[in-house]
Amino acid sequence: MTISANHTAPDTARNTGPDNALTEAVKKFGITVEDYMLPARHQIQMVDPEGRLKPEGEQGTQPGHEYPVPGDKELLEAYEQLVVGRRVNDQNSALVRQGRMAVYPSSHGQEACQVAAALCLGDGDWMFPTYRDAVAVMTRGVDPVQVMTIFRGDWHGGYDPLQYKVGIQSTPLTTQLLHAVGVAHAAKLRGEDTVVLAMCGDGATSEGDFHEALNFAAVFHLPVIFFVQNNKYAISVPLAHQSAAPSLAHKAVGYGMAGERVDGNDVVALLAVLDRAVALCRDGSGPLLVEANTYRMQAHTNADDDTRYRESAEVAEWRAKDPVNRMRTYLTGRGILDDDGEARIRAKAEAVAAQLREGLGEDVPVDPQELFRHVFAVQTPQLKEQSAFLADELARDAASDSDSKEAGK
Amino acid sequence: MSPTITTSSEANGNVSAATARAAASAAASADAAGPQPVTMAKALNTALADAMHADSSVLVFGEDVGLLGGVFRITDGLTATFGEQRCFDTPLAESGIVGMAVGMAINGMRPVIEMQFDAFAYPAFEQIVSHVAKMHNRTRGAVKLPLVIRIPYGGGIGGVEHHCDSSEAYYAHTAGLKVYTPATVADGYRMLREAIDSDDPVVFMEPKKMYWTKDSVDLGELRRLHEEGTTAGEGSEGRAAVARPGTDATLIAYGPSVPTALAAAEAAALEGRSLEVIDVRTIVPFDDETVAASVRKTGRAVVIAEAHGFASVSSEIVARVQERCFHHLAAPIRRVTGFDVPYPAPKLEKYYLPGVDRILDAVDDLQWED
Repeated sequence: MTISANHTAPDTARNTGPDNALTEAVKKFGITVEDYMLPARHQIQMVDPEGRLKPEGEQGTQPGHEYPVPGDKELLEAYEQLVVGRRVNDQNSALVRQGRMAVYPSSHGQEACQVAAALCLGDGDWMFPTYRDAVAVMTRGVDPVQVMTIFRGDWHGGYDPLQYKVGIQSTPLTTQLLHAVGVAHAAKLRGEDTVVLAMCGDGATSEGDFHEALNFAAVFHLPVIFFVQNNKYAISVPLAHQSAAPSLAHKAVGYGMAGERVDGNDVVALLAVLDRAVALCRDGSGPLLVEANTYRMQAHTNADDDTRYRESAEVAEWRAKDPVNRMRTYLTGRGILDDDGEARIRAKAEAVAAQLREGLGEDVPVDPQELFRHVFAVQTPQLKEQSAFLADELARDAASDSDSKEAGK
Repeated sequence: MSPTITTSSEANGNVSAATARAAASAAASADAAGPQPVTMAKALNTALADAMHADSSVLVFGEDVGLLGGVFRITDGLTATFGEQRCFDTPLAESGIVGMAVGMAINGMRPVIEMQFDAFAYPAFEQIVSHVAKMHNRTRGAVKLPLVIRIPYGGGIGGVEHHCDSSEAYYAHTAGLKVYTPATVADGYRMLREAIDSDDPVVFMEPKKMYWTKDSVDLGELRRLHEEGTTAGEGSEGRAAVARPGTDATLIAYGPSVPTALAAAEAAALEGRSLEVIDVRTIVPFDDETVAASVRKTGRAVVIAEAHGFASVSSEIVARVQERCFHHLAAPIRRVTGFDVPYPAPKLEKYYLPGVDRILDAVDDLQWED
């Protein structure tokens, strides 16, 4: 649908509430708008921690909250990305220990969320990740070395957001959710069917921009999926200090959108829930909020000591719910994955790890003049002056270095 | 006929813009020919309408900007003319407005957003400082943010608290933002059109006490000059104006202080002193050349601003002039600014705001006896 400038939309901001387009969308599920917006009574889980497919009646689904199991091809691709993602997480943490990267906020343990967030989207869709979502960005197709540039320290971002339709990894919490809303709004005004997935963590749901983004998206009926990875900690502060809501997914109903909880270590359930969310958004029934129940297996970053705020028993309990092992067991049991497949996938993960070691191992020379190059699209006289000052200072330093070398001969 | 919404032709767009110059020309013919008394508010409103006619990716949104036309009526009639998709009210949330504008600018639009009052823009500070100002830099130039944040600012209207701040220093201090502030009706039109055309984010500070100031202006001629690109390469950005020529001392002012400076120069002329008045126009980028040339000529300078003097745009101007004109100065540079107190209640603002007498006293202090 192309919106012309003099066209008065039937259901824009002035006509909201349950009595609108959403009501139409919900009709097909045969439930009330409230039952559609409220998350199902239990989180959606399809494959249990032991890698067994749960009986349909025990997956947490209910009328209007039904999710078909994704196809084998999608599941095998997801597993491959899980293995690669795990290898990338651990390779990057090693590179930090070796001093090759300044810092790396690892998503070890959250790879199912990372992979599903990227795989559910189409080519024309957008993703807005946080600093912990490097694996999601990579799964979306961005070159792994470019993704890690931010952590290597030679620039703030290493990839072109417009080329990949992936926002720059955001450090200020939840600020990127509003950018997702804007991208979706622009697309909707032009009649494009873009879906935008906006990522944040459990701690970030306390920020004001979380509220503003969800409210804007709901008021303007925008195709945005707010994907919250509830990994239980905001650095050291547990979820109970962030929210007293029954679940983070329950926040959706307050904005007039649908919410759902899903086992964030079950990539099958994640893909099922996110695939449907994308379809609903593309169909004009967005926005939606999806909360993934997962766990940050490692410290916040290498600079953090997680033994100060959580018990090792708790970490061990979550290790047993590992998303990678679970998927391997499930796919092997189903006969979708065999030893050859596993070997091929391992080899691919090793190749990506080698690519990272090589790409992040080399010292890329920095250009001091780049300090001034991207501040404005149209340079100011003051920055031209400062750029010339630095060039002159560096030229004088170089000259004095070569003078002292001459003198030393 | 109104244009379909498409991607901006410049910046991050990948689709050529459906410009509608014919529509703009039609609007032009509706204006009475020749100079007419026009308010700053009307000039700004016309600039918005003309920009929306010219480029369908230009969108206007904020609080009360739709049906009401803005609390100062700067967006009056835009929703009626362009529809609710192109000029609309948002939920009451400034960070949301700015953050959504960032996303729209990333995705091919040119949002022009309104912060209702200076002090109500502060909830958006993080979006402005951490994203609007830095997106181009963080993405190594890949993403441009062609958006305009319009902020009515300054006092002199008897407003209650939080309605009269001079907040320009916060934005001017932030690398990556351009800061424009018009002081004439013609500049209101000209500079807003240029801000909307800019591929850099512009904080457009509107002196709210001047919204009802009338000048004799030919809006049709200004539109023609802008749209024919006659002003290309001679835009307002980085170009201060000599608002009144003089020989004895230079008054440097911007926005709401320009008319005060002009009144002071008029009064000084009666006493036989010729004061040059410089209208800074764009605080970022700052026109060092024009300002320094004037001070080198006169040898004396007073900087005038409503904002608090401490760590302010006025202190920056003094530092820059001193660095460039030291050997031409016959006296230390003086400042006449607001006191370093929170903006006062209506009955006290006359003691706070720089006025003609305070400016003339400062001029008298410029060591004329030598």
